[in-house]
Amino acid sequence: MMQIPLEHILILSAVLFSLGILAVITKRHAVVVLMGIELIFNAANLNLVAFSRHDPSLLQGQLFSLFVMVVAAAEAAVALAIVLRVYQYFRTANLNEIVSKENN
Amino acid sequence: MTESLFYFLASLTLLCALMVVISRNPVHSVLFLIITFFTISGHYILLNAQFLAAVNIIVYAGAIMVLFLFVIMFLNMNKDSESRVKTSTLSKFAGTIAGGLLFVIMVAAVKDTTIAGYNADTFTSQTGMVETLGAVLFTQYLLPFELASVLFLVAMVGAVMLGKKEAGEQHF
Repeated sequence: MMQIPLEHILILSAVLFSLGILAVITKRHAVVVLMGIELIFNAANLNLVAFSRHDPSLLQGQLFSLFVMVVAAAEAAVALAIVLRVYQYFRTANLNEIVSKENN
Repeated sequence: MTESLFYFLASLTLLCALMVVISRNPVHSVLFLIITFFTISGHYILLNAQFLAAVNIIVYAGAIMVLFLFVIMFLNMNKDSESRVKTSTLSKFAGTIAGGLLFVIMVAAVKDTTIAGYNADTFTSQTGMVETLGAVLFTQYLLPFELASVLFLVAMVGAVMLGKKEAGEQHF
Protein backbone atom coordinates (compact mmCIF):
# COMPACT_ATOMS: atom_id res chain seq x y z
CA MET A 1 0.00 0.00 0.00
CA MET A 2 1.22 3.48 -0.81
CA GLN A 3 2.13 5.46 2.27
CA ILE A 4 2.00 9.21 2.62
CA PRO A 5 5.49 10.72 3.04
CA LEU A 6 6.12 12.20 6.45
CA GLU A 7 7.27 15.52 5.02
CA HIS A 8 3.84 16.23 3.59
CA ILE A 9 2.15 15.69 6.94
CA LEU A 10 4.74 17.89 8.66
CA ILE A 11 4.18 20.69 6.13
CA LEU A 12 0.40 20.35 6.52
CA SER A 13 0.67 20.74 10.27
CA ALA A 14 3.11 23.64 9.83
CA VAL A 15 0.48 25.43 7.73
CA LEU A 16 -2.17 24.68 10.37
CA PHE A 17 0.13 26.02 13.09
CA SER A 18 0.79 29.23 11.13
CA LEU A 19 -2.92 29.73 10.52
CA GLY A 20 -3.51 29.32 14.26
CA ILE A 21 -0.84 31.95 14.99
CA LEU A 22 -2.47 34.20 12.38
CA ALA A 23 -5.86 33.82 14.09
CA VAL A 24 -4.36 34.57 17.50
CA ILE A 25 -2.61 37.72 16.24
CA THR A 26 -5.27 39.24 13.96
CA LYS A 27 -8.54 38.33 15.68
CA ARG A 28 -9.70 40.69 18.37
CA HIS A 29 -12.49 38.60 19.80
CA ALA A 30 -11.47 36.63 22.89
CA VAL A 31 -13.33 33.44 21.90
CA VAL A 32 -11.88 33.46 18.37
CA VAL A 33 -8.37 33.85 19.82
CA LEU A 34 -9.03 30.71 21.89
CA MET A 35 -10.12 28.95 18.69
CA GLY A 36 -6.75 29.85 17.15
CA ILE A 37 -5.10 28.17 20.13
CA GLU A 38 -7.20 25.04 19.50
CA LEU A 39 -5.96 25.07 15.89
CA ILE A 40 -2.36 25.17 17.16
CA PHE A 41 -3.06 22.22 19.49
CA ASN A 42 -4.41 20.21 16.57
CA ALA A 43 -1.37 20.97 14.43
CA ALA A 44 0.87 19.66 17.23
CA ASN A 45 -1.35 16.58 17.64
CA LEU A 46 -1.11 15.81 13.93
CA ASN A 47 2.68 15.92 14.16
CA LEU A 48 2.70 13.60 17.17
CA VAL A 49 0.42 11.06 15.50
CA ALA A 50 2.50 11.20 12.32
CA PHE A 51 5.70 10.47 14.24
CA SER A 52 3.93 7.68 16.10
CA ARG A 53 4.10 5.61 12.88
CA HIS A 54 7.80 5.07 13.63
CA ASP A 55 7.04 3.48 16.99
CA PRO A 56 4.26 0.91 16.58
CA SER A 57 5.01 -1.09 19.73
CA LEU A 58 4.80 1.74 22.28
CA LEU A 59 2.73 4.33 20.35
CA GLN A 60 4.24 7.15 22.39
CA GLY A 61 3.10 9.80 19.93
CA GLN A 62 -0.52 8.71 20.00
CA LEU A 63 -0.53 8.56 23.80
CA PHE A 64 1.04 11.99 24.08
CA SER A 65 -1.55 13.46 21.74
CA LEU A 66 -4.23 11.84 23.91
CA PHE A 67 -2.82 13.76 26.89
CA VAL A 68 -2.70 16.94 24.81
CA MET A 69 -6.44 16.51 24.17
CA VAL A 70 -7.03 16.06 27.91
CA VAL A 71 -5.18 19.26 28.74
CA ALA A 72 -6.90 21.11 25.88
CA ALA A 73 -10.34 20.12 27.18
CA ALA A 74 -9.50 21.35 30.69
CA GLU A 75 -7.97 24.54 29.27
CA ALA A 76 -11.00 25.31 27.11
CA ALA A 77 -13.40 24.94 30.05
CA VAL A 78 -11.42 27.25 32.34
CA ALA A 79 -10.60 29.76 29.59
CA LEU A 80 -14.23 30.10 28.51
CA ALA A 81 -15.29 30.58 32.14
CA ILE A 82 -12.70 33.36 32.41
CA VAL A 83 -14.01 34.93 29.17
CA LEU A 84 -17.52 34.92 30.63
CA ARG A 85 -16.27 36.63 33.80
CA VAL A 86 -14.41 39.25 31.74
CA TYR A 87 -17.56 39.86 29.69
CA GLN A 88 -19.59 40.30 32.87
CA TYR A 89 -17.09 42.84 34.19
CA PHE A 90 -16.25 44.87 31.07
CA ARG A 91 -19.48 44.25 29.09
CA THR A 92 -17.40 43.38 26.00
CA ALA A 93 -15.33 40.47 24.73
CA ASN A 94 -13.21 42.58 22.39
CA LEU A 95 -9.60 42.46 23.56
CA ASN A 96 -8.74 46.01 22.38
CA GLU A 97 -11.72 47.49 24.22
CA ILE A 98 -10.85 45.51 27.34
CA VAL A 99 -7.30 46.87 27.31
CA SER A 100 -8.45 50.46 26.76
CA LYS A 101 -11.12 50.18 29.47
CA GLU A 102 -8.63 48.76 31.90
CA ASN A 103 -6.23 51.68 31.32
CA ASN A 104 -8.93 54.23 32.16
CA MET B 1 -6.15 5.59 -3.18
CA THR B 2 -4.60 6.48 0.19
CA GLU B 3 -2.55 9.25 -1.36
CA SER B 4 -5.43 10.89 -3.21
CA LEU B 5 -7.55 10.65 -0.06
CA PHE B 6 -4.76 12.29 1.91
CA TYR B 7 -4.42 15.18 -0.53
CA PHE B 8 -8.18 15.68 -0.66
CA LEU B 9 -8.39 15.76 3.15
CA ALA B 10 -5.33 18.02 3.40
CA SER B 11 -6.75 20.58 0.98
CA LEU B 12 -10.09 20.49 2.79
CA THR B 13 -8.32 20.98 6.14
CA LEU B 14 -6.34 23.95 4.88
CA LEU B 15 -9.36 25.53 3.20
CA CYS B 16 -11.47 25.27 6.35
CA ALA B 17 -8.64 26.48 8.59
CA LEU B 18 -8.22 29.48 6.28
CA MET B 19 -11.95 30.15 6.47
CA VAL B 20 -11.70 30.08 10.29
CA VAL B 21 -9.19 32.90 10.07
CA ILE B 22 -10.86 35.06 7.42
CA SER B 23 -14.54 34.78 8.35
CA ARG B 24 -15.77 37.79 10.30
CA ASN B 25 -18.64 36.15 12.15
CA PRO B 26 -17.41 34.10 15.16
CA VAL B 27 -20.21 31.56 14.66
CA HIS B 28 -18.97 30.85 11.12
CA SER B 29 -15.46 30.47 12.52
CA VAL B 30 -16.69 27.85 14.98
CA LEU B 31 -18.54 25.92 12.26
CA PHE B 32 -15.48 25.89 9.98
CA LEU B 33 -13.34 24.80 12.93
CA ILE B 34 -15.68 21.84 13.46
CA ILE B 35 -15.19 20.79 9.80
CA THR B 36 -11.43 21.18 10.30
CA PHE B 37 -11.56 18.82 13.28
CA PHE B 38 -13.50 16.23 11.27
CA THR B 39 -10.93 16.30 8.48
CA ILE B 40 -8.11 16.00 11.04
CA SER B 41 -9.90 12.90 12.36
CA GLY B 42 -9.75 11.59 8.79
CA HIS B 43 -5.99 12.16 8.83
CA TYR B 44 -5.75 10.19 12.08
CA ILE B 45 -7.54 7.25 10.49
CA LEU B 46 -5.12 7.38 7.55
CA LEU B 47 -2.24 7.38 10.07
CA ASN B 48 -3.42 4.20 11.85
CA ALA B 49 -4.85 6.02 14.89
CA GLN B 50 -8.47 4.93 14.85
CA PHE B 51 -9.11 5.42 18.56
CA LEU B 52 -7.65 8.92 18.48
CA ALA B 53 -9.89 9.76 15.53
CA ALA B 54 -12.95 8.78 17.57
CA VAL B 55 -11.70 10.68 20.62
CA ASN B 56 -10.96 13.73 18.48
CA ILE B 57 -14.54 13.81 17.20
CA ILE B 58 -16.06 13.19 20.64
CA VAL B 59 -13.87 15.60 22.61
CA TYR B 60 -13.17 18.38 20.12
CA ALA B 61 -16.12 18.45 17.73
CA GLY B 62 -18.52 17.17 20.37
CA ALA B 63 -17.60 18.81 23.64
CA ILE B 64 -15.18 21.71 23.18
CA MET B 65 -16.82 23.21 20.10
CA VAL B 66 -20.28 22.99 21.66
CA LEU B 67 -18.83 24.88 24.63
CA PHE B 68 -17.39 27.53 22.28
CA LEU B 69 -20.69 27.84 20.43
CA PHE B 70 -22.55 28.10 23.73
CA VAL B 71 -20.30 30.87 24.99
CA ILE B 72 -20.60 32.78 21.70
CA MET B 73 -24.39 32.57 21.86
CA PHE B 74 -24.22 33.58 25.53
CA LEU B 75 -22.15 36.67 24.75
CA ASN B 76 -24.76 37.84 22.20
CA MET B 77 -22.37 38.52 19.35
CA ASN B 78 -24.73 40.24 16.97
CA LYS B 79 -24.24 43.72 18.32
CA ASP B 80 -20.73 42.96 19.54
CA SER B 81 -19.34 41.32 16.43
CA GLU B 82 -15.97 41.78 14.80
CA SER B 83 -17.40 44.03 12.11
CA ARG B 84 -18.18 46.76 14.63
CA VAL B 85 -14.57 47.14 15.71
CA LYS B 86 -12.44 46.37 12.68
CA THR B 87 -9.04 44.80 12.97
CA SER B 88 -6.54 47.42 11.84
CA THR B 89 -4.82 46.79 8.53
CA LEU B 90 -1.44 47.11 10.23
CA SER B 91 -2.14 44.24 12.61
CA LYS B 92 -3.46 42.14 9.71
CA PHE B 93 -0.20 42.69 7.83
CA ALA B 94 1.83 42.03 10.96
CA GLY B 95 -0.05 38.79 11.65
CA THR B 96 0.31 37.58 8.07
CA ILE B 97 4.02 38.32 7.99
CA ALA B 98 4.62 36.71 11.39
CA GLY B 99 2.65 33.58 10.52
CA GLY B 100 4.22 33.34 7.08
CA LEU B 101 7.76 33.71 8.43
CA LEU B 102 7.08 31.05 11.05
CA PHE B 103 5.81 28.75 8.30
CA VAL B 104 8.92 29.38 6.19
CA ILE B 105 11.15 28.58 9.16
CA MET B 106 9.29 25.33 9.89
CA VAL B 107 9.39 24.23 6.23
CA ALA B 108 13.11 25.02 6.13
CA ALA B 109 13.62 22.90 9.26
CA VAL B 110 11.67 20.02 7.70
CA LYS B 111 13.67 20.27 4.46
CA ASP B 112 16.92 20.33 6.40
CA THR B 113 16.36 17.06 8.24
CA THR B 114 16.76 13.54 6.99
CA ILE B 115 13.76 11.56 8.13
CA ALA B 116 14.29 7.87 8.78
CA GLY B 117 11.92 5.53 7.06
CA TYR B 118 9.63 3.20 8.95
CA ASN B 119 8.57 -0.36 8.41
CA ALA B 120 4.93 -0.55 7.38
CA ASP B 121 4.89 -4.30 8.04
CA THR B 122 5.10 -3.74 11.80
CA PHE B 123 1.55 -2.35 11.73
CA THR B 124 -1.53 -4.46 12.06
CA SER B 125 -5.14 -3.35 11.81
CA GLN B 126 -5.26 -3.29 15.62
CA THR B 127 -2.35 -0.87 16.10
CA GLY B 128 -4.30 2.26 16.94
CA MET B 129 -7.26 0.57 18.60
CA VAL B 130 -8.32 0.79 22.24
CA GLU B 131 -6.70 -2.48 23.27
CA THR B 132 -3.18 -1.58 22.15
CA LEU B 133 -3.38 1.98 23.44
CA GLY B 134 -4.94 0.91 26.74
CA ALA B 135 -2.29 -1.72 27.39
CA VAL B 136 0.41 0.95 27.11
CA LEU B 137 -1.62 3.62 28.92
CA PHE B 138 -2.31 1.55 32.01
CA THR B 139 1.21 0.19 32.37
CA GLN B 140 3.78 2.70 31.10
CA TYR B 141 1.72 5.86 31.47
CA LEU B 142 -0.23 5.12 34.66
CA LEU B 143 1.08 8.13 36.59
CA PRO B 144 0.22 10.72 33.88
CA PHE B 145 -3.18 9.08 33.55
CA GLU B 146 -3.91 9.53 37.27
CA LEU B 147 -2.55 13.08 37.21
CA ALA B 148 -4.93 13.84 34.32
CA SER B 149 -7.86 12.91 36.58
CA VAL B 150 -6.62 15.39 39.21
CA LEU B 151 -6.23 18.01 36.47
CA PHE B 152 -9.82 17.46 35.35
CA LEU B 153 -11.08 17.78 38.93
CA VAL B 154 -9.19 21.05 39.38
CA ALA B 155 -10.43 22.39 36.03
CA MET B 156 -14.02 21.43 36.83
CA VAL B 157 -13.96 23.09 40.25
CA GLY B 158 -12.24 26.14 38.77
CA ALA B 159 -14.77 26.51 35.96
CA VAL B 160 -17.69 26.17 38.37
CA MET B 161 -16.17 28.71 40.77
CA LEU B 162 -15.55 31.18 37.93
CA GLY B 163 -19.00 30.74 36.47
CA LYS B 164 -20.83 30.98 39.77
CA LYS B 165 -22.96 34.05 40.31
CA GLU B 166 -21.89 35.96 43.36
CA ALA B 167 -24.32 37.41 45.89
CA GLY B 168 -25.82 40.72 44.82
CA GLU B 169 -24.62 40.41 41.22
CA GLN B 170 -26.96 41.62 38.52
CA HIS B 171 -28.28 39.40 35.78
CA PHE B 172 -27.01 39.81 32.24
